[in-house]
Amino acid sequence: MPNREKVLIANGQGFWGDSILGPVRLVNEGPLDYLTLDYLAEVTMSIMQKLKSRNPEMGYATDFVRMIERVLPQCREKGIKIVANAGGVNPQACRAAVADVVKKLGISGVRIGVVEGDDILADLKLLIDGGEPFNNMDTGEPLAPYLDQVQSANVYIGAEPIVEALQQDADIVISGRATDPSVVLAPMMYEFGWTMDDYDLLAAGTIAGHIVECGSQCTGGNYANWRNVPDMARMGYPVIEANPDGTFAVTKHENTGGLVTVETVTSQLVYEMGDPARYITPDCIADFTSIQLKQDGENRVAVSGIKGAPATDTYKVSMAYHSGYKIVGQLTVAGPDAVDKAKLCADIVFDRVAMDGCEFAPDERFVEIVGTNVCHAGIAAAPAEPAEVVLRVGAKGNDKKKLERLGMEIVPLVTSGPPGVTGFAGGRPKASDIISYWPALMKKDKIKCTVSVEEVK
Amino acid sequence: MKIALSKIAYARSGDKGDGSNVGVVAYTPEGYEIIKQQLTEDRVKEHFSSICFGEVVRYEAPNLLALNFILHDSLGGGGSESLKTDAQGKTHGLGILMMEIDVPDDFAVSN
Repeated sequence: MPNREKVLIANGQGFWGDSILGPVRLVNEGPLDYLTLDYLAEVTMSIMQKLKSRNPEMGYATDFVRMIERVLPQCREKGIKIVANAGGVNPQACRAAVADVVKKLGISGVRIGVVEGDDILADLKLLIDGGEPFNNMDTGEPLAPYLDQVQSANVYIGAEPIVEALQQDADIVISGRATDPSVVLAPMMYEFGWTMDDYDLLAAGTIAGHIVECGSQCTGGNYANWRNVPDMARMGYPVIEANPDGTFAVTKHENTGGLVTVETVTSQLVYEMGDPARYITPDCIADFTSIQLKQDGENRVAVSGIKGAPATDTYKVSMAYHSGYKIVGQLTVAGPDAVDKAKLCADIVFDRVAMDGCEFAPDERFVEIVGTNVCHAGIAAAPAEPAEVVLRVGAKGNDKKKLERLGMEIVPLVTSGPPGVTGFAGGRPKASDIISYWPALMKKDKIKCTVSVEEVK
Repeated sequence: MKIALSKIAYARSGDKGDGSNVGVVAYTPEGYEIIKQQLTEDRVKEHFSSICFGEVVRYEAPNLLALNFILHDSLGGGGSESLKTDAQGKTHGLGILMMEIDVPDDFAVSN
């Protein structure tokens, strides 16, 4: 039996670095049962491992803790529960920081749930020895030769352990690398009593999660017809009105900006899509070719008809590994003859570093002249003579010193190149690590997620 | 007559490994028939010939009036490795909408 007949779920964060106004406004501006937040992109996990290696108390989304401080009093008043994959690679440290905020706010009776078990970085060698090759899904290569370069390794976990935390009366659930849709699906499973055999329902909740996972990208953000989107500054964040039968509506709070139409929702459905018939998550396989959308009033889209299939027996593993260095510097070049001068500047940089013993072969040189149509190269006609351009020049490689030598020759062009070179306020660029992504699969039965729920005392 | 794809469809794109995905959605069922016919893998590969250096793969979602294209090797090495300004392929969606397509002279455009 469902706990209730309808659940309102809103996602207020699409990545670590998204605006804090999302969650703050969502709890302020209208009714809500669950606030979900997605903080983790592939590269975020490796940044968090690095932060944790410097300080064992770090390695989670610190924004989440600041956000909790602002929204928790109102969440308690309105009975809003919070589910977030803010734990990153250190969910317990995140829990401790949130607990400190709860105590500081003087709010009693708050139960925090923590979901762990996704972080397999320390176990990689054992897992490889035990028969998991972690073959790269794109190249087919086994991971073993790259093991020393791996910076983070996390399994994309599903909704089940989050449901368990909600069953233990958690008000706030903090997980590691739960998938973006799983944090939205889990409250539906808990409230409506859906089980892992309800494939169509799991697919419906998963697709609801996919629609809201990038926040206002389904309420008018990044929409091709941007002129039709009213009051973008106050764009409302998406709210899902979920029903126990797997149908749901996508909407936003009243008196907010933005636009919810079949077009704005479909725009998000096709975002980062692969095969639409097989959207694979740890929870199920959702079939996007079964989705029926209907405009159901102003800023309201009804979603129905969703079909799903059982989940696979593997988890996807997100690994980040160190694969060299990169450097890019930039200058603004004003006209007349901005493009010719920018090309000359790029040649000068590479000639000068070569004079000092740092040769970059033509195919190692990165030169981009923004203003000459770099984003739509070969598609739109480049302007004949742009008034000004931005020159971006750089390279990739394994020799960090060589790249930094290149970086030192960019700003000097202001006084030793053609006239009209400016915009060097960023100063001398530094080489940074290239963190590459290694997608792989592993057997689900080798992962045990743990759930702990405790009241803050 | 020849018109810009943006007159009958909208799009969104993002990164997918070393490539991008470009979802193209028609405003109307009639528009979907046209994009289904004209937006072949070869045509899209040719349109992005200065950007996409790998294979183009097409998927169909007729219920959404949508086609989804995967543009392999179109980001200058994946999202975090690339030096390009558009390392995530965020602008590829608007790029495909600049494609010229053929429609009957009396075709009702949506945009």
